Amino acid sequence: MRLAAPAKTTPVKTEQIVLFRVSGQLFAISSASVQEVRSADSLSGAATEISAPGLRKVRHVLRRGDRSLFIVNGAMHFGLHAAEGAQLFVLRKTRTALLIDGIEKMTSMSRLQALPLSFCHEERQWYRGLTALDHTVLPVVHPEGFLSLEELALLDAALLQMDKPASEDPEGTGCAQ
Amino acid sequence: MTVSTELELQSFVLLRLGERRFAISAKEIAELVAPSRVFRFPHRTPKLEGVILRRGRIVPVCDVSEMLLGKRMTSLRFYLIVVRNYGAHKEWVAIPVTGECELINAEMTAAVESDAPHVAGWLSHDGDVIEVLNIDTLTPGPERALAEAAGRQRPEAQS
Repeated sequence: MRLAAPAKTTPVKTEQIVLFRVSGQLFAISSASVQEVRSADSLSGAATEISAPGLRKVRHVLRRGDRSLFIVNGAMHFGLHAAEGAQLFVLRKTRTALLIDGIEKMTSMSRLQALPLSFCHEERQWYRGLTALDHTVLPVVHPEGFLSLEELALLDAALLQMDKPASEDPEGTGCAQ
Repeated sequence: MTVSTELELQSFVLLRLGERRFAISAKEIAELVAPSRVFRFPHRTPKLEGVILRRGRIVPVCDVSEMLLGKRMTSLRFYLIVVRNYGAHKEWVAIPVTGECELINAEMTAAVESDAPHVAGWLSHDGDVIEVLNIDTLTPGPERALAEAAGRQRPEAQS
């Protein structure tokens, strides 16, 4: 007797994601986009204050060698109730560190649905799409959607301004001692 | 009824928003569904409440009551799922409505220039004159966002 050949199954392509909360709201991000998770407390001393006109969501910058990471307050970015943020995601291949309430869990998604075209404002930059998970729908954030090119230019200009007094100090007070 | 009159009859779905009735061409209706959980997340598009899950699809919920009635209805009980055209692409949009809907056959009078953009035409039914809605102008989409952005930029350009 010949047995029927087993049906070929195509493995479902899944993506590892991290579910996190910002001001109580749940979001997802690809775990491949998160380079580092840090406690917000660990920033004291490491972060410098920065102020760019009209950009309230970024108050601090982390300097790492010649690289600057702008700390984006997730609640302010999404227009949610202000929250302090207890953890920080350093996002891979971006200049963004995202302040969040905390990580909910790690899981995987098998389907990312494009954001419906009815959503036609800034959210199209914020989200890669939506995913249905455990009878709920979550927005999957775009790691590059937290700071636009214009916002990065504003922040770079603010950084230059911060660095100016030291470099243009003719008295060289820093070297006098 | 003559053959010529028969040819002009079209099917419409009558929906209720508070005390008022509106019509949508039956060709643009996917289904009427019972209330389901609305999933909300941050966004900046006016009129969109969130999304519902329907047959594995994620469907945006667009509350049009404020635009049509001038006030927001809180007692909307069903979702009428309509087909919204984005050029050649079509997507479902759920519109909250007050009560059950009714399918009728009627003759539509086309809208005129002075009608609001969301009016596709008018029909007469049960002694009422009813607005036939144009879903593509009633619900948000990229073309409306572009028009709004252009409108915002115009005064700046003049100054």
